[in-house]
Amino acid sequence: MNAVAVDGLWKFYGDYPALRDIRLEAGEGACLALIGRNGAGKTTLLRTIAGFSRPGKGEIRIFGKSPRETETRRRMGFLGHGISVYDELSALENLTLFGKLYALPDPRRSALEWLERTGLERVKDGLVREFSRGMRQRLAVARAFLHEPSVVLLDEPFTALDDKAIAVLQRLLREGLDAGKTIVMSTHQLREALELASHVALLVRGKVAFHGPCTPEMVSDPGWVYARYGEG
Amino acid sequence: MRIVRQVLTITAKDLRAELRTKEAINASFAFALVILLMFSFAFDPQEETTREIAGGLLWIVFAFAGTLILNRSFARELPNDCLDALISAPIPGAVLFIGKTFANYILVFAVELVSLPVFAIFYGVHLMQHIGQLLFVLALGTWGMTVIGTIFSALTVNIRLREVMLPMLTYPILVPVLMGCMLLTKGLVNGQPIGPDTQDWLKMLIGFDVMFTAVSLILVDTVLVG
Repeated sequence: MNAVAVDGLWKFYGDYPALRDIRLEAGEGACLALIGRNGAGKTTLLRTIAGFSRPGKGEIRIFGKSPRETETRRRMGFLGHGISVYDELSALENLTLFGKLYALPDPRRSALEWLERTGLERVKDGLVREFSRGMRQRLAVARAFLHEPSVVLLDEPFTALDDKAIAVLQRLLREGLDAGKTIVMSTHQLREALELASHVALLVRGKVAFHGPCTPEMVSDPGWVYARYGEG
Repeated sequence: MRIVRQVLTITAKDLRAELRTKEAINASFAFALVILLMFSFAFDPQEETTREIAGGLLWIVFAFAGTLILNRSFARELPNDCLDALISAPIPGAVLFIGKTFANYILVFAVELVSLPVFAIFYGVHLMQHIGQLLFVLALGTWGMTVIGTIFSALTVNIRLREVMLPMLTYPILVPVLMGCMLLTKGLVNGQPIGPDTQDWLKMLIGFDVMFTAVSLILVDTVLVG
């Protein structure tokens, strides 16, 4: 069974079809890089897969179930454009909060563990509003991985990250892939993404222009997919 | 049991965030205080007419002051896209809604409790005569206001003019609950307990609260996800 399966997905904003007949799948342990120009529909696709909005037509299955089912959401981690943590709370309070919402056995211990893994244990009691951008992004990564999701959806995860945060994120993603997690990420940072990706999907104006395994040509020349299948 | 814990987690998170910034509660309390003070200059507290309108005046202040808190309820989730994290968490929309409603209820009720003695002093009314019944009416009216305010706060969270839209949408729906509260409060602050002539309003308040809580619980997932 595919970890993520998208079948005939259409998504409309008013009359405008932002996604047109999308068919994609990602097996367990796969890393699917969604690439495409701005406005191609990457974020819309990821948000629809995450269950934030309902498809206009078509179907999305995460391990064979709807993304809106509680059990599916327990197995899914999402990191979007925003960091999705509260400025008014401390790093530890934020992670403990989400640990409780995911009904982890010991939310505080999991939170402390992830603060350590992301190098934030020394600022665990500091309010997020006082954090630098890199620290905030690392906390967001910790929040997305806290509950050990089987499927991780990442929307442009490398954007605006400092070197340390990129290294932390790449290490976590590699560890996740080694542990059999499925990763779907949209990105413009092709080099970082293609180093991890097992598969690539190119979106052009809401349509899948290419979907297939990540090949050595793509890794050595990240612009190759655009040149071959995109609109230049 | 897990659901109760998740509801309390959401409530505690909202209260903690609000008490750290005090954005909504300070504005709400200041607004209530200023309006009560200004009206006390406009109307002579010794006049019979003032006592007649006191209940209505109090609930107008509560409705406006409460909106300032309710407006922030889901808007608090917008910075950093925190609403995404809540929607993607494995909790039913009803848990999120009830958790937030409890937090709003506590904040609105706190503003009301602090405003009550100010109201008693400025308008020369005797609150202690039927304080139990008055608090009961306050509790029911505030729940009705909070439930409607919270669900519409979720509905308007992505609208640019949500501060304007929320009162425009909620006040018409709140007319029955505000009418009931005004009439009951008017009697209570003038020394008349709830009796056979007014208890229908009390029943209406209970019915309103139950009905709109149920409807909101049913609709909240659609409101949040579409």
